[in-house]
Amino acid sequence: MAEQKMVNLTIEGRAVSVPEGTTILEAAKTAGILIPHYCYHPGLPVAGVCRMCLVEVEKAPKLAPSCATTVAEGQVVHVHNEKSLDARKGVLEMLLINHPLDCPICDQSGECELQDYTYQEGRDDSRYREPKRFNPAEDFGGDVMYVPNRCILCTRCVRFMDDVAHEPTLNVSERGDRALIGKFEGRDMTHPWAANVVDLCPVGALLSKDFLNKARAWELDRTSSICPNCTQGCNVVMETRENQVVRMRPRPNEYVNAFFMCDWGRLNYRWMNEKSRVEQPMVRSKNGLAATSWEAAITAAARALNGKKVFVAASPMLSNESLFLLTQLMQGGTGAFRVAEGEEAPLPGVPDLALRRERAANVYGAETLGFKKTNDLLGGLGQGDVLVVAGEDLAGIDAGAVSRASDVIVISPVLPESATSASVVLPIANFSEEEGTVTNLRGRVQRFTQARQAPGETRPSWLVLGDLLGAMGKQANFFLPSEVFSRLASSHKSFAGLSYDTIGFKGLPVVDAPQSGPKTPIAVGAA
Amino acid sequence: MGFPHLPHPRETQVISKYFGDAEARTLDGWKKRGGYKALEKALGMQPADIVNIVKESGLRGRGGAGFPTGLKWSFMKPGDGKPHYLCCNADESEPGTFKDRECMRWTPHALVEGCAIGAYAIGAETAYIYIRGEFTEPLYWMEQAVQEAYKAGIIGKNAMGSGKRVDVHVHKGAGAYICGEETALMNSLEGRRGNPRIKPPFPAVSGVFGMPTTINNVETLIASAPILLNGADWYKKMCLSNPKSTGTKLFSVCGNVQRPGTYEVQMGFPFKEFLYDLCGGPLHGRKFKAVIPGGVSVPIQTMEEAEATLMDYEGFVAQGSMLGSGGVIVIDDAQPMVTVIARIARFFAHESCAQCTQCREGTAWTTKILERIRDGEGTVEDLDTLLDIAEQMTGKTICVLSDSCAVPVVSGIKKFRNEFEALIQGRRFHPVAAAVA
Repeated sequence: MAEQKMVNLTIEGRAVSVPEGTTILEAAKTAGILIPHYCYHPGLPVAGVCRMCLVEVEKAPKLAPSCATTVAEGQVVHVHNEKSLDARKGVLEMLLINHPLDCPICDQSGECELQDYTYQEGRDDSRYREPKRFNPAEDFGGDVMYVPNRCILCTRCVRFMDDVAHEPTLNVSERGDRALIGKFEGRDMTHPWAANVVDLCPVGALLSKDFLNKARAWELDRTSSICPNCTQGCNVVMETRENQVVRMRPRPNEYVNAFFMCDWGRLNYRWMNEKSRVEQPMVRSKNGLAATSWEAAITAAARALNGKKVFVAASPMLSNESLFLLTQLMQGGTGAFRVAEGEEAPLPGVPDLALRRERAANVYGAETLGFKKTNDLLGGLGQGDVLVVAGEDLAGIDAGAVSRASDVIVISPVLPESATSASVVLPIANFSEEEGTVTNLRGRVQRFTQARQAPGETRPSWLVLGDLLGAMGKQANFFLPSEVFSRLASSHKSFAGLSYDTIGFKGLPVVDAPQSGPKTPIAVGAA
Repeated sequence: MGFPHLPHPRETQVISKYFGDAEARTLDGWKKRGGYKALEKALGMQPADIVNIVKESGLRGRGGAGFPTGLKWSFMKPGDGKPHYLCCNADESEPGTFKDRECMRWTPHALVEGCAIGAYAIGAETAYIYIRGEFTEPLYWMEQAVQEAYKAGIIGKNAMGSGKRVDVHVHKGAGAYICGEETALMNSLEGRRGNPRIKPPFPAVSGVFGMPTTINNVETLIASAPILLNGADWYKKMCLSNPKSTGTKLFSVCGNVQRPGTYEVQMGFPFKEFLYDLCGGPLHGRKFKAVIPGGVSVPIQTMEEAEATLMDYEGFVAQGSMLGSGGVIVIDDAQPMVTVIARIARFFAHESCAQCTQCREGTAWTTKILERIRDGEGTVEDLDTLLDIAEQMTGKTICVLSDSCAVPVVSGIKKFRNEFEALIQGRRFHPVAAAVA
C-alpha cells in the first residue's frame, strides 16, 4: 500500500495530523475531542442528518457537519465556540420538542446520548408550548421493540439493516415531523444480527425486549469479557446487577467483531447465572459424597490421580490456562472434548464475522493443547483409567460409559448426573466467574475477566488445578492466572512470547495462527 | 388547465410563442414552426462549442438558483470513461409556479429538443425528464412527443442521422416537493426515497447512479435551442438592466390580480409595469399589499420594494427578495398576512423529507406557532421564538428546504409585524374592513 498522505490542521487550538480523507469528527477524536453526534457511527455509512456535529471551519461560509466533511490542509476548526454551540443547542431543543421526556421509565436513561448532550450543552428549558406528537410503541420482532416517541430519526438502525446486515427491514416512513421508523411489509427484526440496532440507537427508541425494565444503567457493573457462546470470540461487556449477568453487549474490536455481536450470543447468558451448582468440595465416604474442606478434597484427588493413567473429558468453555493445567495431570493419558453445534450465521457487511457453527469459546485452544475433538466424548477412555470430568456436564452420556473408569474425579461447576459415582468433586467457577484467556477460531488469544462472584466455596478452575498439581508434587502453586499463562507461554510453542500484558484487551494471535486481517466495516455507499 | 391569455404587446415571446397553439404540440406542427433545426445544428457541432455559445449567451438556471448554465455544462469532463447523464428537472412544485407546466403542455417537442441538445453538449447519451407526479396532462404530451421523436429518428441510436446516440426518457415522480431538489431527484430516479444527498460530491462528479450528471430546469433547456439558432449575441442583447441577467424569463403570475397567467419578458423589465400593465393591476376595489416574486421560498416584498424592482436576478435581490422560480404570488389588502405565511409554513412542514433535525422539527414547530397566532392565541414571545427557530433553520441543513420555510417567516415578521402584533393583542384581522379602508 502506498504511504498515506498526512493532512495537518488545527482543532480547538490543537495541532492534529491525520491521513488524507479522514473526517473532521474522526480527526478530533485523535486529539481527544469528542464532537457531539447522533447519526454518525464509525461502523455505518455516513448519513449527515442529525446536524448535531456542526462545527465552524474558518473561512467556510456555513457550519460544517464534521462527520461528512473531510480534513483539508491548514484548516482551523472550532468545536466549542459560540456559533457551533448555538447550532447544537438548537438541534438539542428541536430533538426534545416532541420527545416525551420520560427518562424515569426509559431503559436508556443513564446511557442516553440525548440526556448526556442535553446536560452538557443543551438549553435548561424548552420554548415549545404546543401539543407533542404521539405514536404507539411497536414490537419489531426478534428482540427489538420500538418506541417512536423517543426516536430522533438518526437512521442508524435503517443503515445497519441495509448496509451491514444486507437485509433491508427498516425504513423512514412518512415525512416531516410525522416521520418514524417503519418496518417493510412482511419483514421483521428476526435477522440473526438484528439486535445490534438496540446498541446502535443513541436514545431509548429501540429497546431490547429481553432487557426491558430489568435494570437501570447506573445499577450495572460492567466487565470486559469475551462472548463464550461460539468460536468467533466477539468482545463483549458483561453487565451484572446484584451478581447476576443481565445483559451482554458488544465491545469494539476491529480484529474480531467490529462493533457488533449476534443475537444468539447476546441473549445466551442465563446459563451463567445457573443456580443448581456444586458449592462445596466433596469427597466420597461410606455414606456417599460428603462436603469437606478444600485441603482434604485436593489431597484426596491427588491421591486418586497419582501414578494413574488419566483421561480428561474437558469442556471447550474452559480457558487456555485450565486446559493447559489439565494436560499436565494426564500422566500419559489423553483428553477429549465435544462441542455443541448450530447453524452458521454471517454478518455480510463485515468480513469474516459470523455466529459460528461451533458454539463454544475455546475450541481452537483445546485442539492446540492436544485435546481431541470428538462426538464420542468418552471413546478414548481406557478400561481402568481415571476419568477427570472438567467442566463437562456429560449430558446424554449414561453412567454405563463412565463405569469403565477405575475412578472419577469431577472438576466442574455442576455435578453431572452420570458422574455421581465420583470419588472427589471439586467445584469450579464458570466462564463469568473467573479470569483467563480463550483462543478464537482464527487463533486470536483474548482475555476475559471475572464478571460475577462464584457461589459458595467454589474456586477458579486454574487455582484448583494448580493446587491439585502442587499436591501431586508436579509444581509450585500459582497465585494468579497470569502466572499460569506465563508457564503456558514458555512451554507451548503456539503461545510463545505472549503474556497478559501484551495481549491486553484486544487480543493477539497465537504464533501459528491462520492469517486474518482487521475487520474495518465496509461502508457501502453513503446514501 | 385552460388556454393561456392572449399575448401582451410588451411581452417578448421566445419560449412562450406557441403557447395556446395546439398544432405546435405535434411533431409536424413543431417542425413547421422551425422545430428541431437547433438540434440538427447542434449535432453537427463539437459539444465544447455548444457549451461555449451557451456560456457566452449568459443563460442562467431558470429553476431558482440562477447558476450560469454554460459553466455548469463545462463541469462535465469529456472522455472520463464514464456514462454521463442529463436530468431535466420538470418537478415544478414550487407553490405559485407553473411556467414549466405550460412549456410541457404546449411545446413538448421544445423540451425534447432542449434535452437532446443539453445531453449532447455534456457528453451524455441519456437524458431523463423527471416530471412531477401531479402533472398528468403535461406527462401525456411529453410521452407523446418523445414517442413521436423516436419514431421519426430525431432521438435514439442515430439521432437525426448524425450517428450520435441520444435517448430521452420521461420519468414520473410520485408527488413530493423535495424531489425537485436535484440530489433528491436523483435518489428518486434511482428508486430510493427522495432524500437530498450531502454535497460534496456534486452531481457533476457523482450524480445519478453514481455517474457524472447535470441537472437543468425545463425552461433552461428549452432556451438553449433559440440560443444555438440565433447566436449568443442575440440572447445577450435581450437585457433591460443588469448585463449578468440575459434573455427572456417566464413569470407565472397568480393571486389577487386581474389577469393571472404565464408571461415572458426580457430580463430587467420593470416589475411595477409588469404588475399593473401586463397583469392588469389589482382586483376591483382592492390594493396590492405584498408580492412573493419567485415562489414561496423567497422573501416577501412590500409594494414599495416590488414597485422599485427591475425583474432580473440582481434586481429582485436589490429589493429584498429573489427571482427564484419566477412564480409571482400577488397578495392584496384583503388577505391576512399571518394566514398566508402560516399556510406557506404548513406546506414546508408537510413536505420536509425528515432527514435533518432543524427542518423536520423546525418546520412543524413554526407552523404550530403561526397557526396559534393566526387563531388569536399568540403571545409576544412567540415572535422572538419564531425568529430564533428561523435562525436555527437557516444554513444548517443538507438542502435549503428549511431555509425556504424560514425565509417567508422572517421577511413576513420583519415587514408586516403590525399584523402579527394586532392578532397577538387580540385585534382580529377583518378582511372586509381592510378592503374598504
